[in-house]
Amino acid sequence: MTEAAAAAVSIRGVSKRFERGNVLALDAIDLDIGPGEFVSLIGPSGCGKSTLLRVIGDLVQPTEGEALVNGKDAHRARLDRDYGIVFQDAVLYDWRTVARNIGLPLELAGWDRGRRTERVAEMLGLVELEGFADHHPWQLSGGMQQRVSIARALSFSPALLLMDEPFGALDEMTRERLNGELLRIWHELGATVVFVTHSIAESVFLSTRVVVMSARPGRIAGIVEVDLPQPRGPETREHPRFAEHITEVRRLLRSGGMEGL
Amino acid sequence: MRRRAADWIPAAFVFLGGIALWEGLVRALDVERFLLPAPSAIVETLWERRELLWNAGLYTFSEALGGFAIGCTLAVLSAILLSRFHRVGQALMPFAIAANAVPIIAFAPITNQWFGPLNKTSKMAIVAILVFFPVLVNTLRGLTSVRPSSIELMRSYAAGEVEIYRRVRLPNALPYLFSALKVATVLAMIGAVVGEYFLSSQEALGFQIRNSAALFQFELAWAAIVVASVLGVAFYAAVALVEHLTMGWHVSARGES
Repeated sequence: MTEAAAAAVSIRGVSKRFERGNVLALDAIDLDIGPGEFVSLIGPSGCGKSTLLRVIGDLVQPTEGEALVNGKDAHRARLDRDYGIVFQDAVLYDWRTVARNIGLPLELAGWDRGRRTERVAEMLGLVELEGFADHHPWQLSGGMQQRVSIARALSFSPALLLMDEPFGALDEMTRERLNGELLRIWHELGATVVFVTHSIAESVFLSTRVVVMSARPGRIAGIVEVDLPQPRGPETREHPRFAEHITEVRRLLRSGGMEGL
Repeated sequence: MRRRAADWIPAAFVFLGGIALWEGLVRALDVERFLLPAPSAIVETLWERRELLWNAGLYTFSEALGGFAIGCTLAVLSAILLSRFHRVGQALMPFAIAANAVPIIAFAPITNQWFGPLNKTSKMAIVAILVFFPVLVNTLRGLTSVRPSSIELMRSYAAGEVEIYRRVRLPNALPYLFSALKVATVLAMIGAVVGEYFLSSQEALGFQIRNSAALFQFELAWAAIVVASVLGVAFYAAVALVEHLTMGWHVSARGES
């Protein structure tokens, strides 16, 4: 039990069967994620990686097993606002300015206006969007919207950041730049990150561990420990180990039923 | 999107041209005044009978406004309930949509009898029923057409149902609500005036129109129709103004950014 208390996220025998279509999305998943780790979940479409992320966030109830966050059950952790979440779509509210979008979780947590304004300014600095506080979401590019979404997820300093393909809808160049920014923020804040992605290169570049999942029913096909030196930057992609790790992830994906890789 | 004063010039020309053509044709063809009075004759009557028409207009507008307020309030509250308990919503929605296609105005003689033909209540009742369904259907659509991730995000912040309604569903429903309210202003004036055609107090605009037409006082009938039209347009414009002021963030208002 002491080990579980130490883990930022602990997934114990989690299975999820969706009643609609009677689909087994997750099959007895066990996974421990330590504090400060950056763990990617990668796998073919429909392997349940987003479902697993939602089980951690108590947004989907597992059919069997349980998820613990900071040693508490996921439900308690959600009510304690232990994590911030970022989706593929930035999910910004059009009727709120950038500043008020970032301040939304703070409003819900009952922060007073003064503290909110101060923290929002700080977060705008963190994601390098000073000067955009009074803009509305539709006035920003997709990359900028996603930075607002990250600032919002981090505004109340959660120890855990859940990210569901956050850069999946962005172009390659924006994605690489935001990857770099995310790593900088991760180093600055020391948060634990669970990151769902479709991109092998992205998972290797960002993570301390890559969890490779197999096609439905979702199981863990293998875990790749990424020993690339920190802090990482553009030169990381040229590191000889980078290509080796990519090959390892690819091999695991293939063993998990993904053909043609 | 925002139109400058100069953009209105063509429309103003068309309007004035139309009036001039009407006046010219009536005079040139010597149209019988009980068939179609000239605009100048209608304006003259508007001025001469201004007190009668103004009071009748106020009387009818108060019915329209009262019925609008009652119907729209009930519709929004019902939409909130139906969206919250979507099983009930699913059971009732087909009826609401069907009711939307029914010519509810046909019930006016019945509401007149239920609530008393000579008072305002009976007209407010028909107006309220008339505006209820479009506002209900649209608001419900706005409350429920929220992206699932929007709700998941709120839940991740430990937000309860009340917070989700306040901060996501209701703001999301505003554009839908306002387009329904604008339709409702038009329905409200129609409901009040037509309700008065059947039976009403002599103070009412609908009574004036029907009675003048029956007595071949066509200038007065037309003048009363003009009053009803101006009130209807003003009602619509007032709601559109509120919409513009509360929804600067919406797509329809983004022209200037």
